[in-house]
Amino acid sequence: MIGIVNKDPSIYARRKRANFIGLVLSMSAMAVGLIFLLWILAILMVKGFSALSFAMLTQSTPAPGSEGGGLANAIVGSLMIVVSCALLSTPIGVLAGVYLSEYGDRSKMASITRFVNDIMLSAPSIVIGLFVYALVVVPSKHFSGWAGTIALSLIAIPVVVRTTENMLKLVPVSLREAAFALGAPKWKVSTSVVLKAAQSGVMTGLLLALARVSGETAPLLFTALNNQFFSADMNKPMANLPVVIFQFAMSPYENWVSLAWGGALLITLTVLTLNIIARVVFREKVAA
Amino acid sequence: MNDVDNLMTPHRQSVLRWQRWQDYLFEKTTMAFALSTLLALTGIIVSLFISSWPVLTTFGFEFFYTVEWDIINSKFGGLIAIFGTVATATIAILIALPLSFGIAVFLTETCPMPLRRPLGTAIELLAAVPSIIYGMFGLFVFAPLFAEYVQPALASTLGQIPGIGILFTGAFNGIGILAAGLILAMMILPFIASVMRDVFEIVPPILKESAYGIGCTTWEVVTKIVLPYTKTGVVGGVMLGLGRALGETMAVTFVIGNAHKLSPSLFSPGNSIASTLANEFGEAEPGLHYASLFSLGLALFLITLVVLSLAKWMLIRAEAKKGMKT
Repeated sequence: MIGIVNKDPSIYARRKRANFIGLVLSMSAMAVGLIFLLWILAILMVKGFSALSFAMLTQSTPAPGSEGGGLANAIVGSLMIVVSCALLSTPIGVLAGVYLSEYGDRSKMASITRFVNDIMLSAPSIVIGLFVYALVVVPSKHFSGWAGTIALSLIAIPVVVRTTENMLKLVPVSLREAAFALGAPKWKVSTSVVLKAAQSGVMTGLLLALARVSGETAPLLFTALNNQFFSADMNKPMANLPVVIFQFAMSPYENWVSLAWGGALLITLTVLTLNIIARVVFREKVAA
Repeated sequence: MNDVDNLMTPHRQSVLRWQRWQDYLFEKTTMAFALSTLLALTGIIVSLFISSWPVLTTFGFEFFYTVEWDIINSKFGGLIAIFGTVATATIAILIALPLSFGIAVFLTETCPMPLRRPLGTAIELLAAVPSIIYGMFGLFVFAPLFAEYVQPALASTLGQIPGIGILFTGAFNGIGILAAGLILAMMILPFIASVMRDVFEIVPPILKESAYGIGCTTWEVVTKIVLPYTKTGVVGGVMLGLGRALGETMAVTFVIGNAHKLSPSLFSPGNSIASTLANEFGEAEPGLHYASLFSLGLALFLITLVVLSLAKWMLIRAEAKKGMKT
């Protein structure tokens, strides 16, 4: 037994040292990531909360050089754009997801669609803005809230498609077979059995998609543009939080920069809340 | 056989026919929606190509490797922006890669079980923070600190090395290619880390246990068992991060400095494709300037398309290994 044990202790020491260094480095990487998250959140809280006020929520964006002002028009604009984006991308995304999961098993077309969808998931959002500019803004000759909605939907749809497909695949085949055995046609099985069973999962996908688009700035720059005044007309250029933050943060006016931090805090809180709700919804589903 | 025929009353037959028709309609409708993704992709490429056509006919392929960007004299070349995009993304990957590897190793191997989920969630939340926040953070918080402490330190150490020293020279103003690369690194770090963690979890436990059983250290298990097994997945995850970094607009626009010049120093301000578009597209007049911006967009889209396709292909191959798990 003793014969096969290497008696040279330096080898063990070296391996242990390598192990120690590697693990310490990996732990420090984790620490860097966490410190960074906390740092960003802390800065946002400090600068954002000091900017938060009642006026910020009730007044419209101030003109250059003027005092005070708020973000009311941008908040309303963002809400309108994001809600219409949800209304547009939910049916498209869910139905496309149903196709990929229920009909797309062996078809070549479905696997190509899946591939393209995954690429669109990470496609540069500014290019999507350019595309919608050429497609919607140029022919209609003006920027509009609708153009912004379309641009955001192009980003949201792939997220909805992906999660819907994944969630529908988790539904046990036996459930489908039971419904078929009762004589239900396939469309009925897909909508009232499979989709119903995966409801909260699909909801998760939708929430994640909304979280993703509510912070997107680049696609709105050339589509919804911005509007200094309050406007609820989706056919006109529309104020929205990300673009206002972008313009105000880069500006020389102190009250603009402060408003930008307030807006940044609002957006981040919204996005993180949506993310956390999505996780909770999904976890409850898995538990049930 | 006869019984079945008897069951098929004309009424039932018509119900069945109706249901088949509904099924047909349902399949084709959902298919049409699924195909709309394909349509969007081809639409993007075609429309960008049409809009950038004037540039391609005037400057030809030269556009992609000439430096001038002269709006007044309508001379356009995309090299500065393309260089900025590639340089910032490369810096971001070089920094984010080891860090995210460390995080993934920590989360899959050494982290105590009760902490795994909360810490994993924290990293995923870092990925959810909108990119404009990274940009603001970079401009207002990171850049001043970077100019005051990091840049002088880099200039007096790495800047003194002959050859690569030139990369770390110039004024310490906090913004520039290097700062943009660092902010990007922080932004893509959580993406890469979560993909890596997911592929690390594909490794069959029996492989790792066998390695531990013959006396391997944790580090040896990670580098000699886990990493070789998940090679393609890891590379795919890194490429996915690269794709994000190339196309990122807001995090870069705030800190890159937005200057149209080409300089060997990483401290100097520059421009990336996305930041050029964000800054200039709103003011561009229809004509060559406008078409040049579209050409940059086309270049960016095609570059990311290639990178993301490779990433996806590698991740699919890694996923296929999961099937062999016993």
